[in-house]
Amino acid sequence: MTNPEMVESLIYEKPESLTDIGTHYCPGCTHGISHRLIAEVIDEMGAREDIIGIAPVGCAVFAYNYFNMDFAEAAHGRAPAMATGVKRVNPDKVVFTYQGDGDLASIGAAEILHATGRGENITVIFINNAIYGMTGGQMAPTTLPGQRTTSTPLGRDIELHGFPLRMCEILSQMDGAAYIVRRSLHDVAHIRKAKKALRTAFEVQRQGLGFSMVELLSSCPTNWNITAEDSLKWIETHMIPTYPLGDYKVHAALSVK
Amino acid sequence: MQTEIIFSGFGGQGALFAGQLMAYTALELDKHVTWFPSYGPEMRGGTAHCTVIISDEEIGSPVVTNPSVAVVMNLPSLDKYEPLVKPDGVLVVNSSLVDREAKRKDIEIVSVPANEIAEEMGEKRLANMILLGALLERLPILPADKVADALDRHIPEHRRSLLEPNLVAMKRGASVASG
Amino acid sequence: MAKELLKGNDAFAEAAIRAGCEAYFGYPITPQTEALEHMSKRMPELRRVFLQAESEVAAINMVYGAACAGVRTMTSSSSPGISLMMEGLSYIAGSEVPVVVVNVMRGGPGLGNIAPSQADYNQMVKGGGHGDYHPIVLAPATVQEMIDLTVEAFDLAEKYRTIVAILADGSLGQIMEPAELPPMQPVRKLKDRPSWALTGAKKRDPNIISSIYIDPVEEEKVNLRLMAKKAEIEANEVRFRELLLDDAEFAVVAFGTAGRIAQSAITEARAEGIKVGLMRPISLFPFPYERIHQLADEVKAMLVVEMNGGQMLEDVRLGVEGKVPVSFYGRMGGMVPMPEEVLEEIQKLARSVKN
Repeated sequence: MTNPEMVESLIYEKPESLTDIGTHYCPGCTHGISHRLIAEVIDEMGAREDIIGIAPVGCAVFAYNYFNMDFAEAAHGRAPAMATGVKRVNPDKVVFTYQGDGDLASIGAAEILHATGRGENITVIFINNAIYGMTGGQMAPTTLPGQRTTSTPLGRDIELHGFPLRMCEILSQMDGAAYIVRRSLHDVAHIRKAKKALRTAFEVQRQGLGFSMVELLSSCPTNWNITAEDSLKWIETHMIPTYPLGDYKVHAALSVK
Repeated sequence: MQTEIIFSGFGGQGALFAGQLMAYTALELDKHVTWFPSYGPEMRGGTAHCTVIISDEEIGSPVVTNPSVAVVMNLPSLDKYEPLVKPDGVLVVNSSLVDREAKRKDIEIVSVPANEIAEEMGEKRLANMILLGALLERLPILPADKVADALDRHIPEHRRSLLEPNLVAMKRGASVASG
Repeated sequence: MAKELLKGNDAFAEAAIRAGCEAYFGYPITPQTEALEHMSKRMPELRRVFLQAESEVAAINMVYGAACAGVRTMTSSSSPGISLMMEGLSYIAGSEVPVVVVNVMRGGPGLGNIAPSQADYNQMVKGGGHGDYHPIVLAPATVQEMIDLTVEAFDLAEKYRTIVAILADGSLGQIMEPAELPPMQPVRKLKDRPSWALTGAKKRDPNIISSIYIDPVEEEKVNLRLMAKKAEIEANEVRFRELLLDDAEFAVVAFGTAGRIAQSAITEARAEGIKVGLMRPISLFPFPYERIHQLADEVKAMLVVEMNGGQMLEDVRLGVEGKVPVSFYGRMGGMVPMPEEVLEEIQKLARSVKN
């Protein structure tokens, strides 16, 4: 029985680019948000059947279970190299990696640097939460000075461990970089901006302009030892001052509506 | 029947190319052949030698301790290979770049002032072909005209202007060896 | 096709191209660099993929990516570079994608030198990377075998969805010999890529290629599948070459360049009246254990010759199972045994058994 008075209006649905599998991520973690944003963008671009994703080693190691598309799982840090291999023999497909800070900025520093240097026509989604999540909260290359982790129990001592790496700033210096931006997932307004950036990054790849990367400042309440809500505030108060949001490199030929 | 030839000199003297040329010729005569170079980190100036084995049968080892023939283009090569040549073998010496006579009595010594002849011809780089010409005159393992054909086919394009001088150099070497 | 005078490194690279290799990734290292250079010229000419990677670590992961996409792909390197690839090779083995790797071995350990060596036998034949896996390992002894085995490597890699390694030494990379190249095979069309390949999930379920099985029950199933594959390869892919073994009282067992050096020594020994023959394993995995076992009933003693400290020696002894004495002669660190040295060992062996 239908009621002609009632008008159905869809306000929320799962993107086709996500599977029905519930994620393993901790409560309050923003991986779920970034997954959804990527999936929405891929749906909107109608690209699901033409895309190949590369998962990292880290908390997102099982990303391939959640995305409804062709996926490979790389060795730790090697996703940009693996993506290079996939892209070079599938030049018409959209190829992206999804990597955390340890994966991309520590063990995979050489691979990300050279993928950028080559202007490899791939898209990298870089999740920066300033900590190693999967192994239980050790120092990451992006851990803030003074930040306590299980391997810097007294806080990151810059005399001992050096300074955090700012990957957008580094990679944007390179000629092969076409689109390098940093966004944050700590509130709705910023999440919307992040989604727009993801769309632009994939468009950059479709237009063949070169290497694109969206860094997303993300939360890790479990390993930061704070509540989910506080973790979002912590991104704003602690991470953004060290990792300023913005467009670090935008290819002159980029044309996006 | 198997003949082993070691061609040895300073890097840049063309020892490796002279050996390769013999290998190309042997291939075209349907012989079994291997060309095995020394290969070192030095791109230029160090010592360079190659072992060429020409045989009527399948070749086992591509390296030999005692070659039938050694062509030595400088003193270190003379010192190294003179004692190693098989009895009744042939030692071709570039007398321009050594300050002593070869001592062996049980091998045939062919002494050729290859650098002097090459300089007379106005092209220092011809020493290797002068020595090869001398060797083939004394030990006809490969017909000189077939070597000339192989050179025509395999000389690098940017060296083609040197083809004719190379052929003349082989003949000059041959005449020294026969004389 | 007529025979040409070919350098080993150029020959296997061109053979790979003719076998339909669509993507090559590598990093310069002596003594295999000519292969990379050959690829850098020929692959773009044919509109195929050549990429000089930033490291061997990256190169093998690029190969991994291209293999996941279902194309014929390869890399080549020499010992230190192959060490860097071990992580990637383990992942490739765990993911069961077909890959061809050529190792033109040099003297080690460490930076060592660039002279010929066979000291990576254990590393390649016994796996090298972490976990239980066994690449097919083929050992050529001539430029012609470099060509033929490279072509075969691509077929075997796809037949078993496995790594196939060509294990050569520096001298095989640098030597020139007359050899015949195979005819050119076309590269696979996009629509003909394997059903498991990552090509975009168009009108099909997504393909996932991964080497992670977090549940040990599942991971053990994968391992059992790999072991079943290993057994199948052992049953079907043993390759070796024998010479003068019919009436032999002694057998020399040697692979690759050591095998052909031994061949010269055997010819000399026969001239002296010693009845000795050569057993040259070509597939190092699967190793010809059965034939070696059988041979132990036919000869009085065996001599293993290697350009290492005695690595294949252990496999020969496994095959012999103590039935006859097995002696060993090896040169190391880039030294190549001379036929005279091997001859002397054969003479010693003959004397020791007679006495």
